[in-house]
Parts: sequence; structure tokens; C-alpha cells
Amino acid sequence: MILFEALYVAPPALTAQAPILVIAGPLIGACAAALSPGGRTAWMVSMLTAAFALWMAVAVAGEVAREDVIDYALGGFAPPMGIALRIDALGATMALLVASIGVMGALYSGHALESEVKAEKHTLFQSGYLLCLAGFLGLVFTGDAFNAFVFLEVSSIGTYALVAVGEARDRRALPAAFNYLIFGTVGATLYVLGVGFLYAATGTLNMVDMAMRLATLGDNSAVQAGLAFVVAGLGVKAAMFPLHGWLPGAYAGAPSLVSVFLAATATKAAIYLIIRFVFDVFPEGEFGEIFLSWILAPLAAAAVIICSVQAVFEKEVRRILAFSSVAQVGFILLGVSLATPAGLSAGVFYLVAHALMKGALFMAVGAFAISVRARTVEDFSGIAREAPWSAAAFGVGAASLGGVPLTMGFLAKWSLVSAALETGEIWIVAVLAIGSLLTLIYVGRMLEAMFFRAPGRGAERAREAPVGVLAPLFVLAGLSLWFGVDATLPVSMVNASVSALVGAAP
Amino acid sequence: MSSGELLILLALVLPLFSAAVSYAVGRMPDVRETLTLVACIGLCIITIAMFMRVGAGDAPELVIAQPMSGLEIAFRLEPLGALFAVMASVLWAVNSLFSIGYMRGAREANQTRFYVCFALAMFGVMGVAMAANLFTLFIFYETLTLATYPLVTHKGDAAARRAGRIYLGTLVGASVVLFLPGIIGVASVAGSTTFTAGGLLPGTTSVVIENMLLLLLVFGAAKAALIPLHGWLPAAMVAPAPVSALLHAVAVVKAGVFTILKISAYIFGPELITALPAATWILWLAAATIVIASLVALTKDDLKARLAWSTVGQLAYITSAAMLPFASGLVAGGLHMVVHATAKITLFMCAGAIYVATGAAKISDMGGAGRRMPILLTFFFVASLSVIGLPSTGGMWSKFLLVDASFGSGEWLTAAAMIVSSLLSVAYLLPVAFNGLFSPAGVKGPEFTRPGGVPGAALTAVGVTAIGCLALFVAAEFIADYLEPLGAFTLIEAAP
Amino acid sequence: MNVAVTHFNYLAVVVLMMIGLYVLFSTGNLIKRMIGLALFQTSTALFYISLGKVSGGTAAIKIYPDSPEARALAAPLDPTYVQQFGVGGVVYSNPLPHVLILTAIVVGVATLSVGLSIAVRIREAYGTVEAGEIEAVARLDTADAGRDP
Repeated sequence: MILFEALYVAPPALTAQAPILVIAGPLIGACAAALSPGGRTAWMVSMLTAAFALWMAVAVAGEVAREDVIDYALGGFAPPMGIALRIDALGATMALLVASIGVMGALYSGHALESEVKAEKHTLFQSGYLLCLAGFLGLVFTGDAFNAFVFLEVSSIGTYALVAVGEARDRRALPAAFNYLIFGTVGATLYVLGVGFLYAATGTLNMVDMAMRLATLGDNSAVQAGLAFVVAGLGVKAAMFPLHGWLPGAYAGAPSLVSVFLAATATKAAIYLIIRFVFDVFPEGEFGEIFLSWILAPLAAAAVIICSVQAVFEKEVRRILAFSSVAQVGFILLGVSLATPAGLSAGVFYLVAHALMKGALFMAVGAFAISVRARTVEDFSGIAREAPWSAAAFGVGAASLGGVPLTMGFLAKWSLVSAALETGEIWIVAVLAIGSLLTLIYVGRMLEAMFFRAPGRGAERAREAPVGVLAPLFVLAGLSLWFGVDATLPVSMVNASVSALVGAAP
Repeated sequence: MSSGELLILLALVLPLFSAAVSYAVGRMPDVRETLTLVACIGLCIITIAMFMRVGAGDAPELVIAQPMSGLEIAFRLEPLGALFAVMASVLWAVNSLFSIGYMRGAREANQTRFYVCFALAMFGVMGVAMAANLFTLFIFYETLTLATYPLVTHKGDAAARRAGRIYLGTLVGASVVLFLPGIIGVASVAGSTTFTAGGLLPGTTSVVIENMLLLLLVFGAAKAALIPLHGWLPAAMVAPAPVSALLHAVAVVKAGVFTILKISAYIFGPELITALPAATWILWLAAATIVIASLVALTKDDLKARLAWSTVGQLAYITSAAMLPFASGLVAGGLHMVVHATAKITLFMCAGAIYVATGAAKISDMGGAGRRMPILLTFFFVASLSVIGLPSTGGMWSKFLLVDASFGSGEWLTAAAMIVSSLLSVAYLLPVAFNGLFSPAGVKGPEFTRPGGVPGAALTAVGVTAIGCLALFVAAEFIADYLEPLGAFTLIEAAP
Repeated sequence: MNVAVTHFNYLAVVVLMMIGLYVLFSTGNLIKRMIGLALFQTSTALFYISLGKVSGGTAAIKIYPDSPEARALAAPLDPTYVQQFGVGGVVYSNPLPHVLILTAIVVGVATLSVGLSIAVRIREAYGTVEAGEIEAVARLDTADAGRDP
């Protein structure tokens, strides 16, 4: 975060209000986009709003770097009565990630929507997109457990609709969206139930307050049940194994932009909230340790192995990427389950790395989808000759996913394995190694088809995507590469986040 | 930037540049091949310059990047690496000459891709040779794997793709599951992965972990083709002959054993290797590999397959050398690396030349081939002598040193395996040359399917390396002296 | 038994929740699933509301002290109890859960409407709202996945 310390990007008056503007901007933008006369205008609104949110997020990050924590009381009502935003280094990092992906997605939507979404739906699509953005940004900023639920649902309702819009390309998007809605709502309701238990035990919804009161409560079965419900509920949203059933269909069916955005931010925001609850709200104690090492770690390991195997045997590229996302969430949670500063920082670093690479991968798939209706790995044969730039970016994303050296994915896996070795959990190292190998297999299958096979006879010819699509794609792929060679920026942010969480840097 | 840094940078950039240029001028084969040769010669000059500097006691360093703390991409020259770099670049030049003859003669498709990948593979080799730490070595080691994959699957048919899958699967699988965890393990116990004279690990961790790390790293370097991770090497023989010659006699396999030598010398150090039981297990496995591979080689009728199995055995010699609890093993291993590379590339190029000229790939079809190609078969004979370890070739000295080091450190099993395998290699190599040269009068030998027989460029290349085998007989002492600093850090001065 | 009587509200919540979940997972009809989901959410709302209930308390709408309503409300209660927990002579229930659940209901309604509209679109695209039949069609879609539309 040191890099942000000297960063004053907005006038002080604006910076003071930046935390709420980050959220309010996209919310207002969502209304404006819905009301705008045509898809073009809506796109402009979307671009401007996302850029504004990013600007404000950077301003917040600067403030956080200087003051460690920002407490922002909404409407001037001081917590614990009023709703408070509370932003520490982790929140600022997540907001930067979400807002950057938001801008890239908005830029990308300029061309990518045309092939995948009906023209008359563009305005509403942009509106839903901004709604999601607002929801995720709110989620990472809020300091109030119930408020988090509201933001969770704001973003979720947006995503259900956005996934369903994918019907224009693939009607399987509709049942997938419905399925997602059922899963997501059950998850959110479980979360509310958990928060209810915590509220009953502590009488507060403010996370800081709650943490203080929980620390004095000692062992309390209502609190433990509360944690169980909260984590189960968020686990659904984070696609934590075995609660991930909604994800493959939703990612595969949604328009590419939505897959990009969901893969890079939706599961990540939920993981963020899990981390927040487990490490910030809940007091340290036996229960938390048992939960981490006997429930979270085995489930994450199962996700890594089982979903990677599923990805290996899957035929459709989007579904491969989707299963891979579940497996990668497993990698992230394995790091978190170590509960050491090193493990946690590896987990968060992995989270950022995965957001960038999966974003790039889905964007590249979307770039191909502009000109061809390729679905299976077979269909992608030889596409690198027809659309070399998109394929190159896909290759970079895939390399990062596979953990090839000089990409961010490699560093993420490296720090994960070192963290596991440090704690002496050899079985986690073994799981990571096998998971990485399986990842390489399915990544290799896709790359082999794209780069080394000739296109099938009579197949449609792909065309290179327009610059408006390639630019954000290259930014994401380029970041995966750049942070693989020089990871100073993400490492410093992640370390600051971890020391904000557990009070010790790795 | 000092001149040493410049040399390192040039050695890396030149192959990359050559790849780019080959790609750019792909439509003009003559220009492409001329430029490839120019790049080869340039690289030879650079590596020889590096070799001289290291010989004079200089150790140039270059740090490119540091993605995370304790993890840097850095290069540093030392005797073993400089030797490997010179060997690879000189043989690349010779092989390029051969490739031009072979690829044109056999009218292979996708020649531009071939030259581009070749140059990229050399980029990988240079990186491996000069790496200052395990992490950097790993990056280039994998670059080498990936760059050679299109070469192995060059034919593009189902058999080639299947072989490619085995190739990539074994090498990358071993790297990810064994090598990389081993490297991360080293980094986490020692705090870095830098190659350190006398060993990085001594005094940092417990014996159990050291044993585990040694096993992970040695098996992880699957390019060394120790049984049971040898399957990729015979499978990779579907590649065109120049690929087998350079990659599977010189670059790829030697990168594997080179890695093991480096790990032995600079990560564990001779002293620690002495103390580790895992080193003894590997020695036994290597001894088994030596004998088994030689026996399998006897059964193969396809010449390239026979050579491949012979390579599996010969690589295990070098792995043994790296595990010998006696520092002179490292010197012998380094010498054998060079000697075997020169001999094996000659044999592979001969096999390729015979194939281009006559279409014969099986040994049973080659009886009497010497009537039409006497010079070629003579070269084959000379290189065979070197692989067997008979006098007037470099092979004699390296085998002598290897057996001597094994005896000296009390590893009778290894010494016995080496001697048995030498006898077996007489049985599997000499008949090829003898049947070719001294066939009964009635046997005509295979007809030329190509007008003019062996392409001139190919024959020249084979000649150069065959003479190299003889020259190494004289130069062996120089190389052994050059590698002396490797063993200088041990306290064990005499054999027990 | 005693616990069941004193905590009957939780019992009701659990029963309602299980009914909701059962409906959600036992039926293939999308509309019925939405009904199950709504029941499930409602049970949580009840849970919150009953959490906030203060024994003898009234809704948190300001009642002036010593007004007839205030006296009427306080009449059945123990005066010391009113003294201890009341505000201006009136015992109120905790308003915060009400507020929260108001929000949650709005969210629930929004979810319900999105869900139902997706169901409508599914009916248009597949001609049915039965999950089994939709899956059968979707499986065909998966099988003929190809480069041509």
C-alpha cells in the first residue's frame, strides 16, 4: 500500500466522501443507464460510472494507505446505531480489484454485447451491470453485517438477470440463471439467519462491535451456529465445494461479459466476506481452528481435485473454465485455511491473480464468440491462426491459470506451496501439486486445440475481435504477465491487507 | 553494463532473435537458413568467450528481475554451465548444418516452425546453462520442454501427437508434481534457491527433509530419463532425425543431467550428498537403469529406438556420477556429458543421413549400407567407439574416470553396472557398423531413394562431430582440469 | 416440553423453514419452487421479528406518555417491569429487526419477481416449467454443441 500513500487523486472534499461515492456512483449510473434512450448512451453511462467508481476507489486506497482504516458513518449516524462503512487495506484492495475489472468490463461491453445480447436489452443490461458493480463495491466496504446482506442481494439480483440474458446465445442460460437464483437466495437467506443468531447473541450488527462483544462471550452455541450459517450461506455465493452446483451452468450460459465479471468479482467478494467473518468478527479460539482445519481445508482440497478432474473431462470451453473456477476457489480457500499470515496472504494474492487471469480467459472466449459460435474444445481448433491476438491473450491467461513461471499464477502457487510447507501441512502441498498438474492438463488441451490443430473442415472462420474488445483483454492479460515479473504492487497490497486482518504481516 | 553481463544477455537474446528472424523470413528458405547459421556461429563465439572468462576465474552475473523476495531471475556463470553452453552451442551449429541437408532432403513440411522452435529451444538451453538459481533454471527448463514439443510432434499425425502427449505429460508432470515442490521446499528451508559453492542446504534442515528434497529434485528432473521416468525419450523418437540428434542427445536430456549435476554440486554439495541415504538409493536405481536400458537397446531393431535406449543408459551414468559421494564424480559426470553428447549426436545424425539417403530406418535393412556410404558408416563406427569407451576417443577417459570414481567411493554396484553396460554397448552398437561396412559380398545394401545419396551438408556435419569424438581423446584432460573447481569444496581428498 | 412451549416461535420458524426447503427441492415445477423459496425466506423474517419481540411490548410507534393508549397498554403489565423496560411508560418491541426485515422483504420480493420472470422466459424458450423436461432439452443442446448454430 506504500505506493498509494502519496496518491492524492481527488480534492480533499471529494476524498472525504469517496467511500459512499464508490457505491452511490454506480447505483445512480444504473438508474441513468436504464433510462437512457439507446444502447450506445447506456454504454457511455456505464463507462463513465465505472471509471468514476475506480477513481473514487483509488482515492479511498490512498486514504487507507495513510490512515490504515477509514470509518465512514452513513448519513452521520454514528455506529453502532447507524450503518457504517469500514475500509481497511483488504477492503481497499478488493475495491480496487472490483472497480478495475468493472472498468475493463464496461470498456469490453462496447462491442462484445452486440453479438450476445439483443439490441433492445442493452440499456437494461448496462443497468444490471452497474447494479452488480455497486453491490460488490458495497459488499467490500460495508462494516455492517446486515448491510452486507443487502449489498449481496443487490449484486445477486443483478447477476441473475444478467446470466439469464445469455439466452440470446445459448438458451441453457435460462435454467442456469434460475438455478443460480434458487441457490443464491437460499445462500443469502442462510446468511441472514446466521447474522440473526449473531445479533441475538450480541445485540449489534456492526462488525467491529460484534467482534468486541463476541470476544467476551466465550463459547456459545448460538454464536457457533451463527458462524456455521454465515459461512454456509456465503459458501454458496463463493462457490465453495460442495455448494458450487450453480456455477458451471451460470458461467457457461451467461454472456461473456457477465462471465468475466462474475468470475473475477462475484465469488471473490463472497470469499472476502468469509475471510472477514472468520478472521475479523469471530474471536480466535478452538472452534474457529476446528472449522478451518477440519471443514474448510478438506472441502477446499476436494474442490481442487474433483473439480479439476471434472474440468479435464469437460468438452465445452466455457464449462472447463467454470469448473476451473470452482477448483481455483479451492486453491484460495486452502491458503485461507492455513490461517497463518503467509497462508492468508497467499490466499488473497491467489484471489487477485485468479480474478485477473479468469477475467482475461472469459474475455478472450467472448472475443472469439463475436465471430464464431464455437463451444467445444474441438470447435476452437486452429482459432489461433484466425484470431491471433485474442488467442495470444487467451494463452497468457491460460498460462497464468496453469501456473507457468513469469505469470502471476505461478507466484500465487509458489507462495501457496511455501505457506503450506511452512506450517508443515505436507498433504496440502500434495493436493496443490496434483491440482496444478490437472490444471495443466485441461489448460494444455485447450491450448493444443487452439494453437496446434488445424481448423475443422467447413467450420466458420473466426475473425479478429475489434480494438475495443482487445484493449481490455490485453490489459488483463498484460497485468497477469506484469505482476508475474514484478509483483511488488500486489504483494505490498496483500501484505497490508493481511496485517490489517490478523495484525501480522507474513 | 559490464562486458560479462553483456555476454550473458547476448547469449540469451541471440537465439530469441534468431527465432524471430527465422519466423519473419520464413518464406525465403535460403535467407532463413543462412541467418540461422550466422546466429549459430555468433552464439558459439559468445559461449566460447564466456568459457574463457570463466576459465580465467571470472564469474559474470546478471539479475533480470525479482518478482518476489527470495525469488529472482538471475544468471551467473560457473565452469559446469559454461561447458554446457559451449557444448550445446557448438553442437547446435553443427546440427543446423545437418538440419539444412536433412530437412531439404526429406522434404519436411513446416520448416519455418522447425527452425523457430529450434532457436527457442537453444534459448532455453542457454538459460539453463547460465541460471544462477533453481527458480531461473526451472523457468528455462520448462521453456525447453515447451519449445521442443512442436518439434517432437513435427509430423503432426496421430502417432506423433500421442508421442507428444507422453513427452509433455511425463516432463511437465514430473516438473509440477516433483521438481517444483522440491524447489519451493529448498526455498522455504534455505530462504533462497541460489546455487552456492559447497552447497546451499548444509546446516539448514533435518536429514529427513534433505532426503525428501533430493528425491523430489532428482526425479523431478525427468529429462535425465531415470527409470521409471524414461518413457518419454523412446517415445520422442518419432521426431525428425535432427531433432533427435540435438534435443535427445544434447539439449533436452543433457539439460536434465546438467540440472542434477548442478543440484548435487551447488544445492546439496558433495559433502551432504555423501551423508544422504537417498543418494545411495538413486545410485542403485541408476545402476539398474544402466543395465536395463542397455539390455532393451539390444532388442530394438529400429536404429533410432536403439540409440534412444542407449541414451537412457548413458544418462544414468551421469546421474550416478552426480550422486557419488566423491567430488571427482562431478568432474567425471561433466566430462561424460560432453563426450556422450558429441558421440550420440554423431550416431543420430548418421541414422538420419541413412534415412534420408535410402529410407532405411531398421537395422536389419542396413546390412551393406557401407558399400554406398563408406564414409558415413566410418563416422558411425568412430562414434560407437566413443559410446562404448574404447581408446582414441573421448569416451575412454570419461568412462575411466567414472568407473574410477565409483570404485574410489566404494560403489561396487555402480562400477559393475557401468562395465557390464559397456560390454552390452559393444553388442548393440558395433554390429550396426560392422554389418554396414563388412557385409558379405552378396549383400547389396539399401538403394538410394534420393539422387546423390547423403546430402553434402549432412555428411559434413557428421564428419565434424566424429572428428570431435576423436579430438576429445586429447582434450579430455583440459576439460577435467577446467571442471576442477567443482570438487574443490570438499574435505574428502582421498578415496576411503 | 417446557422448552417447546417457551420457544414455540423458534419451533414455528424451523417447521416453516423445513416446509419451504421441502417444497423447494421436492418439486420440479419452477413456480412451486419459487413458492418454496418464498416460504423459506418468510421463515427467516419470522425469526427476526420474534427475536425483537419484547414481552408485553407494542409496535415501535411513538405513543405519548400518559395518553389513554399508553395507559391501556401498560395496564396488564407489572408496573416495575414497565418501569424497567419501558420508555415513557410504554414497553416497545425492538424496532431494529422490524426495520431489517422490511429491507429483507423488499429484497425477497425483488428476488421473487426476477425468479418468476425468468420462469416466464423459460416457458417461452422451452415450452414448459417442469425442471425434468427442461433438463432433457438442455441435454440435447449440450449434445449438439458445435461450431454451427
